[in-house]
Amino acid sequence: MDLLATAFVTPFANMWDNPQFVLEVVIGGLLSGVMYSLVALGFVLIYKASGVFNFAQGTMVLFAALTFVGAIERGLPIWGAFIIAVAVMVLLAVAIERLMLRPLVNQEQIILFMGTIGLAFFLDGFGQLVWGSDVHPLDIGIPKAPLIIGGVLVNEFDLVAAVVAGSLVVALALLFQHTAVGRALRAVADDHQAAQSVGIPLRSIWIIVWSIAGVVGLVAGIMWGSNLGVQFSLSLVALKALPVLILGGFTSVPGAIVGGLIVGVGEKLAEVFWGPAFGGAIEDWFAYALALVFLLFRPQGLFGERIIERV
Amino acid sequence: MRLFRTFLAGAAVAIAVFGLGADTAFAQNEQFIPRLVYRSGPYAPNGIPFADGYVDYLDMINSRDGGVGGVRIAYEECETGYNNDKGVECYERLKNKGPTGASLVDPLSTGITYALIERATADKIPVVSMGYGRADASYGAVFPYVFTLPATYWAQADALIKYIGQQEGGLDKLKGKKIGLVYIDIAYGKEPISTLEKLSQKLGYTFLKYPVSAPGIEQSATWLQVRQQRPDWLFMWGWGVMNSTAIKGAASIGYPMDHFVGVWWSGSEPDVAPAGEAAAGYKSGAFHGPGQDYGVIKDILKYVYDKNSGHTTRDKVGEVLYNRGVINAIYDLEAIRAAQGKFGKKPLKGEEVQWGYEHLDITPQRVTELGADGLMVPTQLSCANHEGNGEVRIQQWDGKHWKFVSDWIKPDREMLTEMYKESALAYAKEKGITPRECEKVM
Amino acid sequence: MLYREVGELKASYAADQAIFPIRQDRWLMLAALAAAYLVVPVAGSEYWLLTIMIPFLVFALAALGLNLLTGYAGQVSLGTGGFMAVGAFATYKLTTALPGLNIVLALLLAGTITALVGVLFGFPSLRIKGFYLAVATLAAQFFLIWMFNKFPWFYNYSASGVISAPPRAVFGRFYVTGAEADPRAKYLFVLTVVILLALAAKGLVRGRVGRAWMAIRDMDVAAEIIGIRPLRTKLLAFALSSFYCGIAGAMWAFIHTSAVEASAFEIDRSFEILFMIIIGGLGSILGSFLGAAFIVLLPIFLDNAPRLAALEIPVNLVTNLQSMIFGALIIFFLIVEPNGLARLWAIGKEKLRLWPFPH
Repeated sequence: MDLLATAFVTPFANMWDNPQFVLEVVIGGLLSGVMYSLVALGFVLIYKASGVFNFAQGTMVLFAALTFVGAIERGLPIWGAFIIAVAVMVLLAVAIERLMLRPLVNQEQIILFMGTIGLAFFLDGFGQLVWGSDVHPLDIGIPKAPLIIGGVLVNEFDLVAAVVAGSLVVALALLFQHTAVGRALRAVADDHQAAQSVGIPLRSIWIIVWSIAGVVGLVAGIMWGSNLGVQFSLSLVALKALPVLILGGFTSVPGAIVGGLIVGVGEKLAEVFWGPAFGGAIEDWFAYALALVFLLFRPQGLFGERIIERV
Repeated sequence: MRLFRTFLAGAAVAIAVFGLGADTAFAQNEQFIPRLVYRSGPYAPNGIPFADGYVDYLDMINSRDGGVGGVRIAYEECETGYNNDKGVECYERLKNKGPTGASLVDPLSTGITYALIERATADKIPVVSMGYGRADASYGAVFPYVFTLPATYWAQADALIKYIGQQEGGLDKLKGKKIGLVYIDIAYGKEPISTLEKLSQKLGYTFLKYPVSAPGIEQSATWLQVRQQRPDWLFMWGWGVMNSTAIKGAASIGYPMDHFVGVWWSGSEPDVAPAGEAAAGYKSGAFHGPGQDYGVIKDILKYVYDKNSGHTTRDKVGEVLYNRGVINAIYDLEAIRAAQGKFGKKPLKGEEVQWGYEHLDITPQRVTELGADGLMVPTQLSCANHEGNGEVRIQQWDGKHWKFVSDWIKPDREMLTEMYKESALAYAKEKGITPRECEKVM
Repeated sequence: MLYREVGELKASYAADQAIFPIRQDRWLMLAALAAAYLVVPVAGSEYWLLTIMIPFLVFALAALGLNLLTGYAGQVSLGTGGFMAVGAFATYKLTTALPGLNIVLALLLAGTITALVGVLFGFPSLRIKGFYLAVATLAAQFFLIWMFNKFPWFYNYSASGVISAPPRAVFGRFYVTGAEADPRAKYLFVLTVVILLALAAKGLVRGRVGRAWMAIRDMDVAAEIIGIRPLRTKLLAFALSSFYCGIAGAMWAFIHTSAVEASAFEIDRSFEILFMIIIGGLGSILGSFLGAAFIVLLPIFLDNAPRLAALEIPVNLVTNLQSMIFGALIIFFLIVEPNGLARLWAIGKEKLRLWPFPH
């Protein structure tokens, strides 16, 4: 009886008592959800165009951020460092396509997944080899002050992150819908063989997609790195993005955003109001439980493509 | 197919080369110390300065004094990555090296300590878990081969309460106040909870717990709760990235930094660096001093760095974790010295070093001789007391350096000894161990 | 020339259906078993037994469990770590609550408890498939670890949440857990358990159950049409797989590390075991062993290699290089043989049958 009360009554009573706090938590959740979406975007791009679940996305985020910070620490201005980091990610995409995607073309999804795991190990070691294992504080001038708007605490940094993510999504949407390259990407995502038969060069498309994913990873790495400092743990943000992908669907860019927002808000609300009943720190599994609930009703995620099986 | 055949050929060559290779040989008259370190992985920023400080001290002693009692110290590092399995593997591989085997082992991780306690006790190699590991191992009657000097987490928790009691004008003023603990939700983070709860009943403050799921890269929910509940004082038991994220979190909600005190593993340069200026004012506990202003540190600079053989850069000598590595080495070598007093100036076995540790007596004069005034406090161990009488001091980050802002605080040894004994005896019962009778041990 | 079935006449159905129909295979297997039982305990140093053979065997068992579920029944699961944790904590509670309980019985009971938990978390598989099912099992993984961290009852209210194995013996005399345990006793115990369970698994997958699983894996709608009940088959797969993983987890906690906290069974562990079966070969018993060997032993070999070759390389450099070489080798093996090391072994045997002729 007590358990039922703590699960179903007390949290709502608490919420009713503190509407301002609820608003704060919701806004905080939305903003942290945006940060998750930034990481999830990279996954979605690669999955959409190559059908690969890129286990190495977290490591790519870290690698990109390390290159960026490394360039800044050697005296380059921010824009210079950004360009260098983008160039490095493009080179990486070329190498990945040549050494991993091309030999493994047409293999099953799970084999390609395993290949990205090998890539993750490789980049882990390589990144630490080149840039060392220290923490690199990253400050590119994003304001961090807490703002109080109408009694509700909001952090400037999170707002900037939301704007960045939003613009990135808009840019990607424009790319996909209104450019020739975008059309080619969508064709490849739909059906590799058909796309090839129309003359779309699969290899170049893959290089382009992995480069874009690398740049998206760089942006995510800069935002997260400003928060945590650029260090090894940055690659763990990928785990946070998984429930977002499931909720939103693996193949949808707007799904990554919406999924991120839902996971962010859900996680924070659960942690703050239901957490104390369970002893706290329920964020981890709650996101997955939430995704699971969604999956039971929509097995392909909110915006994912319907899985049609032919027997 | 051709690719595969090339691979087989390469593998055959590799096996031939490595199969014929010999293991590193150690001279007969050297004392071997295995070094379990983590120089890569998520905790590397904290592990690297610690490892560097330790081996720099060993190099300095070898260079300046020719070793301990004329016996040079040999060491070999093994990378654990803060991973329990690798820690066990490193231990097993290194425990028989050198003329007398490993003299002791510093696991540098609470998880690895737990994994090694049984094995090392069976192998008769002392486990030195300096300021981490099992707090109840301080009751040496049940844990003959585990040493927790100079102070445990429970002692630190008690000392922290005493410190804020001092700040508030007396322990009685804590009644009715709210004291929170932000902790990483693993074994290490949960250690102080029992002590803090006990003290909350005794002193009348409200104890609020804020668990953070490992690894703690996302803590906004926690800090919103802190903002809502406004504890008067906040402690932190974090490690790795959780520390820096928490400090940023506190700054982002405008929590007064000088009321935010972390445990000694949450108070070092890599933790405050990412937060930048916002971290100024943050405090932490410490059982040793920061900075380069000690005789022994100056000796390291002279005998190691001036000869261009240090493991890190000059400006990192004196960082909090670097100094911690140094005093870990100081304790270990002093124990070896004490054991040499009884067993002679030769390479010693783990059993003999264990005797040395149990009879460790670092007097104030010895501290001065070592050039460690202010860096460490005198300490004395015994059969039943493997923690010594370590004291805790509070240091504060001013944006550039860590500086002490309190005197040495003595934790409540009576209460703590009771707690250690109770917990250790419960462990002994579970495992079927008969506690030693310390009065009879000489 | 050497390796043929020519001249081997089977006189009974049983002989025809043997696991190793070719004589040389049987001899090889017997030789391997003899080496494992007689040579390794005598010749192997403590280091070899404790840090190489025992983790290899324990992980091989866990990989076997996951292979039953993912390789044979086609249900991708990332909850292996969580199920191993259930086995470990169940064994802990059983042995501390019932001090007289034999370790073998404790393991079996713990395995059964884990099987029940596995069935519980397997229910979503009836609705969700593929990658999405993997995610549902991730929820199980995180939830179970959180639960073992959170509720002090599981670790008998100790301050730190670490459970530690009480000493237990087999045959009354040979301690396999606890401080007095002889490494050789530990090794032989683990070896026996793993071999018996592997034999059971081989029998399972060659029989009706295994065929039903493979039918579900390949085309579950068609399987349902011909009369295989998806609910039962899938839940049976979850149950048996969790049984194996539970015992593996219990042996990991009790025999290998002797003191473990819930975070030893985190998501990394689940991924590690999944990697083992992918590299080793999905749907293959031998593959589980080969994959476990690859993932467990190769990093140790790479870490120790520079020292063996008398090269002085700083430890962090070694670790980074090890990571890089490990990753590169994974990609390499996938390119050479996407179906895993077991398939490479099978190809080798086929070539050997024709040797010295190329085709």
